[in-house]
Amino acid sequence: MIYREAGDFKTSYVADSQTFPIRMDRRAYWAALAVAFLVIPFVINDYWLNAVFLPFLIYAIAALGLNILTGYCGQVSLGTGGFMAVGAYACYKLMTAFPDINITLHVIAAGAITAGVGVLFGLPSLRIKGFYLAVATLAAQFFLVWLFNRVPWFYNYSASGQISAPERTVLGVPITGAATDAWATYLFCLVFVVASAWIARNLTRGSVGRTWMAIRDMDIAAEIIGVSPLRAKLSAFAVSSFFIGIAGALFFAVYLGAVEVGSAFGIDKSFLVLFMVIIGGLGSILGSFLGAGFMVLLPVFLTNVLRDGLGWPTTLVAHLELVIVGALIIGFLIAEPHGLAALWRTTKEKLRSWPFPY
Amino acid sequence: MKLTLTTLAATLAASTAMADLVIPDLSYRTGPYAAGGIPFSDGYQDYFTLLNERDGGIGGEPIRLIECETAYDTERGVECYEATKGEGALIYQPLSTGITYQLIPKVEADQIPLHTMGYGRTSAANGEVFNWVFNYPANYWDAASVAINHLLEENAGDLSGKKIALIYHNSAYGKEPIRTLEELSEKHGYELTTIPVDHPGQEQKSQWLQIRRDRPDYVIMWGWGVMNQVAIQEAANIRFPMENFIGNWWAGAEHDVTPAGAAADGYKSLNMNRVQEYPVFDEIRQHVIDAGLGAGDGGSSIGSVLYTRGMYAAMLAAEAIEKAQEIHGTSAITAAQMRDGMEALEVTEATMEEWGAPGIGPEFSVSCQDHGGSGYGLVQQWNAEAGTWEPLTDFIQADAEVIDPLVEGDSMSYAQENNITPGCPGS
Repeated sequence: MIYREAGDFKTSYVADSQTFPIRMDRRAYWAALAVAFLVIPFVINDYWLNAVFLPFLIYAIAALGLNILTGYCGQVSLGTGGFMAVGAYACYKLMTAFPDINITLHVIAAGAITAGVGVLFGLPSLRIKGFYLAVATLAAQFFLVWLFNRVPWFYNYSASGQISAPERTVLGVPITGAATDAWATYLFCLVFVVASAWIARNLTRGSVGRTWMAIRDMDIAAEIIGVSPLRAKLSAFAVSSFFIGIAGALFFAVYLGAVEVGSAFGIDKSFLVLFMVIIGGLGSILGSFLGAGFMVLLPVFLTNVLRDGLGWPTTLVAHLELVIVGALIIGFLIAEPHGLAALWRTTKEKLRSWPFPY
Repeated sequence: MKLTLTTLAATLAASTAMADLVIPDLSYRTGPYAAGGIPFSDGYQDYFTLLNERDGGIGGEPIRLIECETAYDTERGVECYEATKGEGALIYQPLSTGITYQLIPKVEADQIPLHTMGYGRTSAANGEVFNWVFNYPANYWDAASVAINHLLEENAGDLSGKKIALIYHNSAYGKEPIRTLEELSEKHGYELTTIPVDHPGQEQKSQWLQIRRDRPDYVIMWGWGVMNQVAIQEAANIRFPMENFIGNWWAGAEHDVTPAGAAADGYKSLNMNRVQEYPVFDEIRQHVIDAGLGAGDGGSSIGSVLYTRGMYAAMLAAEAIEKAQEIHGTSAITAAQMRDGMEALEVTEATMEEWGAPGIGPEFSVSCQDHGGSGYGLVQQWNAEAGTWEPLTDFIQADAEVIDPLVEGDSMSYAQENNITPGCPGS
């Protein structure tokens, strides 16, 4: 009954190949965008911004990036934290070196620099696969964090080794620094998220995305039908790192404001983003959002229910949180290995034939 | 999602209704730094509970503690800050240099005092630049200078030609003393080597191999959490003479030395508060612990180094609240009035006597210009057999001649970066 194509006629190829072929999906998508752009900015406060929306939006970009590499191109990466650090430090160096240039350009440039670094560390993927590649990217993670801690030039020789974002504005509204408004930073990140998702969606259903998926499914067969592994793999690394770099830049400049590489971009970050991608669904744009939402909201939700709602001691809640998140991850992987996105797909199938399933 | 929204809305609505003296406690009872976070938070909370139980709060106004677990993680620290600031928080004490750096711009914008006692950003001692940040009674640069002054005293005022190694937590916290130690090495002519240890610091074999090879005369440590225990164990393994090994005040608690057993005997550390049996402990036992209101597991750490320091932090906060109530003639003070109280803070032997903790810290006073306090620290030594820290010296003065220009320089560059015109607010 719900989600039926009946009566939804397409009269052109363009209409037929659109992202949301079903009218209901399309409406839901526009409604979500309308709420995100027109409602949330007016009601958001500092707590919701910093505890829920900013981390969700920023991790969604990072998960999109990793999903392109791991979900679409099949290259396992444990270097996400390191690449986010590249984005953050690139953004910091650009912000301090060119204070008059708009922060938007700095964030995009930080993404581009990360793309370059990503290609460099993607080179081993031409020779090694699977677990071995994971270890090579793990080396990137540790090397990059070490580099940013070791070379004072990256943190402008500050005594503490921390980088902190100076105030920068977009159209006269402060986006980074202390005196920011919740709605401004939220909208700034939202624009990046929507643009990233739009680019990612259109890349993955075009010819570039098809070469990635061909490599993922069987690289030898892909090579035989004329896909260049060099181009496919390195472009996946570049695009993936571009998004991750943007996420890192926003994470530092907009969300935290001051960052220390070891604690902010450690190996935990790499695993966190990888969990988001696996739980959300490998090879799915929607999955990246669902995974990011799940991993960001669950701890906040548990803290609020268990500590504030039930009044349990903070220690117990902190430990229980680890247990519950861990158990849920295992449960999900057993019940639905393809992630939340696959769960949503199944639900849609069920809804389609409801109330008369066959 | 919908459920989250409703629960959140419900809890927020329920908790903002009351008007008390709200003290958030950004504690960490989990993770690799919990060993230090637990006793500090217990001491901090128990003292406020004591005031509530014994005196009915401060100036008749009850205190409401809100505990929030940060796990020493900066992101969760920010979340805790945002979650609690709306409740009328009077003062934040995150006990983490990383979280402090996150919060400095936020508290300046939200106008809530931040007290980072002996940690955080050292140059916040310049109150004209950092209007809302306080780091009395002493800071990291004082600590570095106190350690060097102690060594000077041991060596009859001459350190030239000596080799000193600094083993530090590779983070903003651990890097803080480097500049001061470098300046002091120019002044006193010792040779400084710096050896970083990465978070969390469980693996230090290569660092101690380097120390074994270089044979420094003294090792100074800037460690926290599990790093301290490992370092002391490793020092014992290479038979480094413990009396030449000095930790800062975050590397000198009971749990840091006990794992190494008898081998830790003679290890020295700095301290900013005296550790001894105070009359206030009996009151806490009577009014808080025996009533079953103790924080954490209920009083097991009373009298330990970090419990005492947490309690000292609470005493300073309570004294500032009292001062603020006095200045503004109201018992229900706001965060801005709290700041005035902190700036007018004056701690004398008589005040400490009044707290039930005579001689817990040095005498000092705070002003709008100087948020840093006296800069005194003492050196204590671990007696493994008795299982106690024994004070080795009285409070030692830091070298203001070296530190003041450093504070001035660093705070001014912060002011320039952030377009701050130095000055006292509201006057």
